[in-house]
Amino acid sequence: MVEQGTFRVKSGLADMLKGGVIMDVTTPEQAKIAEEAGACAVMALERVPADIRAAGGVARMADPTIIQRIQDAVTIPVMAKARIGHFVEAQILEALGVDYIDESEVLTPADDQYHIDKFAFKVPFVCGAKNLGEALRRIGEGAAMIRTKGEPGTGNVVEAVKHFRTVMGEIRWLQSLPREELMTAAKNMGAPYELVVQIAKEGRLPVVNFAAGGIATPADAALMMQLGVDGIFVGSGIFKSSDPAARAKAVVAATTHFNDSKVLAEISKDLGEAMPGIEISTLASEQRMQERGW
Amino acid sequence: MKIGVLAMQGAFREHGKALESCGCGPVEVRKAEHLEGLAGLILPGGESTAIGKLLVDFGLLDKIQALGRKGFPIFGTCAGLILLAKDIVGSNQPRLGLMDITAKRNAYGRQVDSFEIDLPVPEIGDNPIRAVFIRAPYIEKVGPEVKVLASFQEKVILARQGNLLAAAFHPELTEDFRLHKYFVNMCHDYIHS
Repeated sequence: MVEQGTFRVKSGLADMLKGGVIMDVTTPEQAKIAEEAGACAVMALERVPADIRAAGGVARMADPTIIQRIQDAVTIPVMAKARIGHFVEAQILEALGVDYIDESEVLTPADDQYHIDKFAFKVPFVCGAKNLGEALRRIGEGAAMIRTKGEPGTGNVVEAVKHFRTVMGEIRWLQSLPREELMTAAKNMGAPYELVVQIAKEGRLPVVNFAAGGIATPADAALMMQLGVDGIFVGSGIFKSSDPAARAKAVVAATTHFNDSKVLAEISKDLGEAMPGIEISTLASEQRMQERGW
Repeated sequence: MKIGVLAMQGAFREHGKALESCGCGPVEVRKAEHLEGLAGLILPGGESTAIGKLLVDFGLLDKIQALGRKGFPIFGTCAGLILLAKDIVGSNQPRLGLMDITAKRNAYGRQVDSFEIDLPVPEIGDNPIRAVFIRAPYIEKVGPEVKVLASFQEKVILARQGNLLAAAFHPELTEDFRLHKYFVNMCHDYIHS
C-alpha cells in the first residue's frame, strides 16, 4: 500500500538537503541564479528578511502568484514561509504544492501562544529554534527539520553561532544527567519528556538541523558547518550583496568543502561587497525576530 | 575494502552508516584524490543539479566517468540514478551518462506526492524491500544491456548494467541494507577479478 506524508518521507527530504544551501529568492530570475549556483532548494518570498526589517509593518505569506512563478522556474525544491500559528496560510501553501513550509519568525506571528499542528499536514515543516527546549517543542508539534533562528536580515552570524552552541551544549548536558533528573529537565526546558529521554540516549537531535539567520559569507557558512550543522539557509546574504551569482556559488562550495581551508581561501576571493551588516546590540528587543516563537 | 560515498551534498552520511553495517569502511569523496584505492562508489540522493555542478567545478565528473567506463562499481540512488543516466527527460544538466537509461526527474510530482511502499526485489531475496520515494525519478526507457531488477506501476525503479546499479528510491533511509550488501558483493567481485 502506498503511504504518503509519513514522518520518514517528510524528514527524508531534509536528509537529501544536507550539506547544501537553501537560498531566499523573490523572483523567478533570482531562483534561476540560485539553482545555477548549486542551491539544493529555494525559499520563495515576497521580500528578503533585510527588506522586511526595513519595511516594518505586518509581514505575511507571499502572494501565491510569486510562489507559482518560482515553482515554474526551477526543478529544485521550493519552500515558502507561513506565519507562526497561521495554519490557513500553511493549508494554502500545501495546496500550492510547496515542498517544505517554514513556520517562520521572519514573518509577523499570527498567534501569540500556539504554533501550527504540523502533524495535520502532508507537507513537511521546518521551524526555527534558539535553544533545545524550543527545538523539541517544534519537533513535538511535528516539525521534520529544525534550523537555528540566528537574527534574520542582519548579515551578522553571531546569533546563529550562539543558538547552535546553545542547542549542542544542552544536548551534552542532557547526556550527563542520570535518568531520574530527566523529567525535571524536561519540565524546566518546556520540552516533551519522551524526546528529552531520546536525546539523552542518542546525543543528537532526531531531525536535520540547519543554520540560519545572519550568514553572509562563504566563511560564515563553513564556520556553521564546522560547528556541526547539517546545512545552511542564506536569506538576505546572497541577493543583498553586490554580486549575487558569484557569492551564491561560493557559499555552495564552502558548504561542501567546509573543512578544506585551501578551497575556502580560493572561493572567498573577488566576491565584491557582502551585504551591509547590523550590530545586534543596536536592535531594540521588539526588533529581534528571534524572540518570536513560544 | 573501502567504498566511497560522494559527499558533495545529500544523504551521504546515511549511506556511510549502511556501508559500516555491511562491514565496509566508508570514505567521503569530495575531491578527485579521494577516489584512489576505492573498490566502488555510491552516489547518494540529493539534488542532482547541485551535485552535478559541484562534480564539474571540482574536477570529479571526468574522473568518475573514466572509472565507470573501466568497470568500477557505482551505485546511484535517486539523484545518483539521474547522474548515472545517459538521457534525462527535458534536461541538459551535467551527468556521468554511464548507464543506457532514460531518467525522468521528479516523475511522481512534488514533495506532497512522495511516498513509501513495500516492493518485491527477487534479486536480493523473497521478502519485499521498503522503498522510500522522495521527489523521486523513474527510469522511462532502458537499453538492451540493462537488467531490470524492480518496477513499480510499470515503471523501472531499480536496474543494473554491468557494475552500475541505479535505484529511484532510498534504501539508506531504512534499516534494511540488503541492497547495500548486494552492491558490496559487486565491489568485492570487482577487486577480485
